[in-house]
Amino acid sequence: MKKVGILRFPGTNCDRDIWKSVELQSMQPEWIWYKQSFLPDNYDAYVIPGGFSYGDYLRSGALAALSPAMSCIKEAAKMGKPIFGICNGFQILCEAGLLPGALMRNEKGLFIDQWVNLKLENSSQWSPFSVGQIFKMPMAHADGRFFISEEGYKQLVDKGQIWLTYADNPNGSVGNIAGVMNEAGNVVGMMPHPDRALFSWMGSEDGLEFFQWQDASGVNQ
Amino acid sequence: MKFALKILPKPEVLDTQGRAVEGALKEQGFDLTSCRVGKYIVLEVPANDSEQALQKAKLMAEKGLYNPLIENYELEQL
Repeated sequence: MKKVGILRFPGTNCDRDIWKSVELQSMQPEWIWYKQSFLPDNYDAYVIPGGFSYGDYLRSGALAALSPAMSCIKEAAKMGKPIFGICNGFQILCEAGLLPGALMRNEKGLFIDQWVNLKLENSSQWSPFSVGQIFKMPMAHADGRFFISEEGYKQLVDKGQIWLTYADNPNGSVGNIAGVMNEAGNVVGMMPHPDRALFSWMGSEDGLEFFQWQDASGVNQ
Repeated sequence: MKFALKILPKPEVLDTQGRAVEGALKEQGFDLTSCRVGKYIVLEVPANDSEQALQKAKLMAEKGLYNPLIENYELEQL
């Protein structure tokens, strides 16, 4: 059975949702405490959940990015391991320099909690979906305005690193961006919550498939 | 040795906090052109030589106290 490491920091609060999501894909979830070190090969994939690590002190995700577990995640990223950051997990990956851009306070200064439609712009290792597919899921954040310089945005477009976009830009993100990936496509991050859209009674089950990835040979896992 | 690390959002970046403070001040009748809100961090660094201490403080800033994509910083010895 595939083993998925789920990182936990002080202030992480979507960890149980991710645990459930991984279990629903018939994979074995395991906690990784932020002070813990591990070898990249200890797990088949890694998920960094949402929440408010370190109470969002300094900048959202900035202090978590300096933790021992994140040093190991950097090694795992280099080795091509699939790594997925959601909400605060996305902020942490950006702050750690594993994903391009930064996530800043929403344009209107509000915490926005609502359903959004997302469009898949480019395939990553984490999305065995077709380009153009639409997903419905909730967003819930104050610091989700994706920012990148004009030059940086051009590079994202040229290299196909824009993963997901909002149908209606709710937070002022550059290029309507809701999620990006690294150049290799093994590290991905998104602000909305697939972990809160697992069953139809939750309002949508579009999030469930996000907890799958493709291995290097393109086989779905 | 003590250092002050002053961090401000880059001019081209939307500073929502600065915008809110600016709006509140204007509502109070103050006349101002702009307002930016940043962070002020005081670092006390053990070192014998000030150049060495400055380098250490600089390293801390660049390790993650500021984010070069969205912020600029100034380091000043106190």
